[in-house]
Amino acid sequence: MSSPTSPMAPPRSFIWSRRIFLTLLTGFVLVPVYVMLSSSLKPLSDVTGKFRWLPSGLTIRPYIDIWSTVPLAKYFMNSLIVSVAATVCSVVIAVFAAYAVSRYEFRGKRVFTVTVLSTQMFPGILFLLPLFLLYVNIGNATGIALFGSRGGLILTYLTFSLPFSIWMLIGYFDSVPKDLDEAALVDGCGPLGALLRVVVPAAIPGIVAVAVYAFMTAWGEVLFASVMTNDSTRTLAVGLQGYSTLNDVYWNQIMAASLVVSVPVVAGFLLLQRYLVAGLTAGAVK
Amino acid sequence: MRKNPSDPAAPGPRRRRGERIRRIGLPYLLLLPALVLELLVHLVPMVIGIVMSFKELTQFYIRDWGTAPWSGFDNYKVSVDFDAPVGKALLHSFFVTVGFTLLSVGFCWLIGTVAAIYMQDTFRGRGFLRALFLIPYALPVYAAVITWVFMFQHDNGLVNHVLHDQLHLTDKPSFWLIGDNSFYALLIVSVWKGWPFAFLIVMAGLQNIPKELYEAASIDGAGRLQQIRRITLPSLRPVNQVLVLVLFLWTFNDFNTPYVLFGRSAPEAADLISVHIYQASFVTWNFGTGSAMSVLLLLFLLVVTGVYLVFTSRGRKTADV
Amino acid sequence: MRSIRAAAVGAVTMSIALAATACGGGSSTGGGSNDSPKTLTYWASNQGASIAIDKKVLQPELDKFKKQTGITVKLEVVPWSDLLNRILTATTSGQGPDVLNIGNTWSASLQATGAFLPWSTANFAKIGGKDRFVDSALGSTGAAGKDPAAVPLYSMAYALYYNKQIFADAGISQPPATWAELIADGKKIEAKGKQALGAEGSNVSENIHHTFVFAKQHGADFFTADGKADFTNDGVVTAVKQYVDLMAKDKVIPVGNAEYAQNQSVSDFAKGKTAMLMWQSASANLKSQGMSDSAYGIAPIPVQSGTPGTGAQVNSMVAGINLAVFKNTDNLDGSTKFVKFMTSDAEQKILNTAYSSIPPVKAAQEDTAFNTPANSVLKNTLATSAAALPQVADESQFETAVGTAVKNLFADAAAGRAVTTASVKAELEKAQQQMPAK
Repeated sequence: MSSPTSPMAPPRSFIWSRRIFLTLLTGFVLVPVYVMLSSSLKPLSDVTGKFRWLPSGLTIRPYIDIWSTVPLAKYFMNSLIVSVAATVCSVVIAVFAAYAVSRYEFRGKRVFTVTVLSTQMFPGILFLLPLFLLYVNIGNATGIALFGSRGGLILTYLTFSLPFSIWMLIGYFDSVPKDLDEAALVDGCGPLGALLRVVVPAAIPGIVAVAVYAFMTAWGEVLFASVMTNDSTRTLAVGLQGYSTLNDVYWNQIMAASLVVSVPVVAGFLLLQRYLVAGLTAGAVK
Repeated sequence: MRKNPSDPAAPGPRRRRGERIRRIGLPYLLLLPALVLELLVHLVPMVIGIVMSFKELTQFYIRDWGTAPWSGFDNYKVSVDFDAPVGKALLHSFFVTVGFTLLSVGFCWLIGTVAAIYMQDTFRGRGFLRALFLIPYALPVYAAVITWVFMFQHDNGLVNHVLHDQLHLTDKPSFWLIGDNSFYALLIVSVWKGWPFAFLIVMAGLQNIPKELYEAASIDGAGRLQQIRRITLPSLRPVNQVLVLVLFLWTFNDFNTPYVLFGRSAPEAADLISVHIYQASFVTWNFGTGSAMSVLLLLFLLVVTGVYLVFTSRGRKTADV
Repeated sequence: MRSIRAAAVGAVTMSIALAATACGGGSSTGGGSNDSPKTLTYWASNQGASIAIDKKVLQPELDKFKKQTGITVKLEVVPWSDLLNRILTATTSGQGPDVLNIGNTWSASLQATGAFLPWSTANFAKIGGKDRFVDSALGSTGAAGKDPAAVPLYSMAYALYYNKQIFADAGISQPPATWAELIADGKKIEAKGKQALGAEGSNVSENIHHTFVFAKQHGADFFTADGKADFTNDGVVTAVKQYVDLMAKDKVIPVGNAEYAQNQSVSDFAKGKTAMLMWQSASANLKSQGMSDSAYGIAPIPVQSGTPGTGAQVNSMVAGINLAVFKNTDNLDGSTKFVKFMTSDAEQKILNTAYSSIPPVKAAQEDTAFNTPANSVLKNTLATSAAALPQVADESQFETAVGTAVKNLFADAAAGRAVTTASVKAELEKAQQQMPAK
């Protein structure tokens, strides 16, 4: 139906401006990554030396040392467990909450959404002490150890990502037509069945989007992880600081470790980005 | 008002009562896990934090904060007394943060939107570029910011190497991590880290705009720029409303970036309020004052959000939020 | 209607919060017990080249302790970036280790929280008595007139490291002993194209350590006898100006150092770019950066005139790590035994050798291991010419306020702005106003 020389084809000027812009942007994005890469291949004394575009004296030693200076593999596993668990729980809870807000009218709806939003306005550092106190009190009262354990961290992270997740999912669910719900209900499913059989499948992209955000939030969090973990439960984000010791900061190893742990994350991005793009779409369109 | 629009016809009187109870209770039930968690992890600590702001909570009382003496509004008075050094510093930090946040969000949004628009049409390498652009978002904050610290070094950094040694744009190497330029260094790092998120959200928002609108417009003779102004941007309004608000709140409260870049004592030009409050509380063991400053911050952001939502919701349903 | 709902949420939240208030800080008001005599939790700080190495050094000693006493010690090595935060949460919640390492400059601040076991004469008797320890190290364990809040464990001091080759090329035969000599030597070195002295201008702690020593050398103090902040007295202003002038006027510190905060000055020295460096026990660091022991010499830090000693002849602050016990430990006896073990002559020798520090225990200091050229300078400095930083509760506030003031002055110097007595006094005035009113 569309002609081969459709008026939709971008004009030459557009193509050229696009090339220039995207090239500059790529440079802007990649230059620090290049610096990280070249720093990770140098011996320690060279890292703080005069900058050169093409470093001399490359060595792969840092990539070997990172696993022994700091128990990187253990931290990686801890981060993975905590982030995946937090993501799964966060998404499930957000889906339920967003479904309630999107599909039902009830008293307190406005209060709920505004309160949830207001949690994003308090500086994170001031949550630290009260939250820790709370966990300790709960631990003393019930015997459930929330501090120093992965469970406490998972609980914390999943709640951190809830506000934004709920907001986005509300919008996305809003764009799934209610007729689909009604059709399911007529067929005899309860409201929960409608949610699981109709709304969720239609909203998979949005859910994936929210899952990625929740994962990244848990993966990169430093402050709470630093006080709520001990030796065996420490996560990556905090563990990276272990390359900075009393006497030395092993810059080359920090860079190497960061690149190594980011590869799976970027690979995950590559796999999921298709859903992500389609997903975030209707997520915010109200 | 309480009737659920998607009510199916109730099959019978007994079933109807049971279903009605379930239906009334259901939203609350669905909401319950989120509510409990939010209360536990976000709201109760916030309230405790607010209570702490009314107490004289220094290292002398930290062991049993419940017994710390009530200090009424003293902590607030100290924070708001703009003639005294503490208040003056806080006010200065506040203005720096507002300026920084507006610029950072502005640039992140601009670059993200332009990139998303440019990436709409298929061309070779588009998928690869999309993944590439997400790298700053994927890298650990500590390592990414430390890399910029290296790049901004006066003697050995890449930035001065390029600007001074290679391009001869400045007659002597500049300082980026201290002095007035530190504001721009902070801005550059923040934009570098933040624009991929905006890019992602806007790119997704663009997918929803029907192609027919563009086709119709170009048949009518509208050029690219006009199409963007008349079709793209208006359609993106709902996306942008959420995005800009969320970016503003997150950037305003961002702690990791300035802390890794400058340590616990930021230069005056780049004294962001999050580090400032950290200094006023954790570093100096004065949690009463730190909490008071945070509450003031919260109130300010509430007002900003309220005003923002009112302005941007004009002409749209305000049914939900 | 809506407001009722909001009020309900508010009420629920308030009541939970009040309940949390009542709970307060857990068992923080308890006085310690012996409920679990067989285990101990110990938080060690990172002293070695990596956390893994710390564990390797400590674990055999903990096994020895277990053999001697039957008590199992659960070890956790906490990185410096986390240590203070974790002590804070432990203090607030009552949930923490039994024994832990603390930086000695934190002693007075932590003492003020009341969370640590005071080392009264009776307690000291359990570990062999107070006079086993070097006086200068004891001076850094808490406020004067109060029982120490911790016991010295490892000690370090500042020394002047100098590059032998650069000195030889510039025709300097001996390391400088006074500041005037240092400046003169610096000019000779600069004439040969090398940098003279390195400094970490953006590191607030380093700034404090040096300006404190300068202040002492001018007979001045940052705090009055009753603990009030006094940063603008003439002695302090002169001292700070003298330190910053090393960059601003005498030009022996290169301007690039104004932004150093990641130990770049040590790297510069290791690479032979800088001729002199004032640092704490740098040997291990220099070795890992590839500088051989024979390439540099160690000398005491210069004084205004004469030779290092006490009073105005002080030339280093007392750096070190202290060992503290949490008051609400549930293994009081075990903790005391552990402190006794760690401060015993034998263990002091082993641990301080492993960490390249100096034992604060007099008997252990005599060991030949601490008579090497590197260690003897540090040992003598500690014994004869080191002073403890002010032991006040607002020590960390002091560090941040004054350290930032010096950082700003260095930034001025680097930007070419004038650093005058007036501008120094103004910065210090600003810092003083940030201290809490007494």
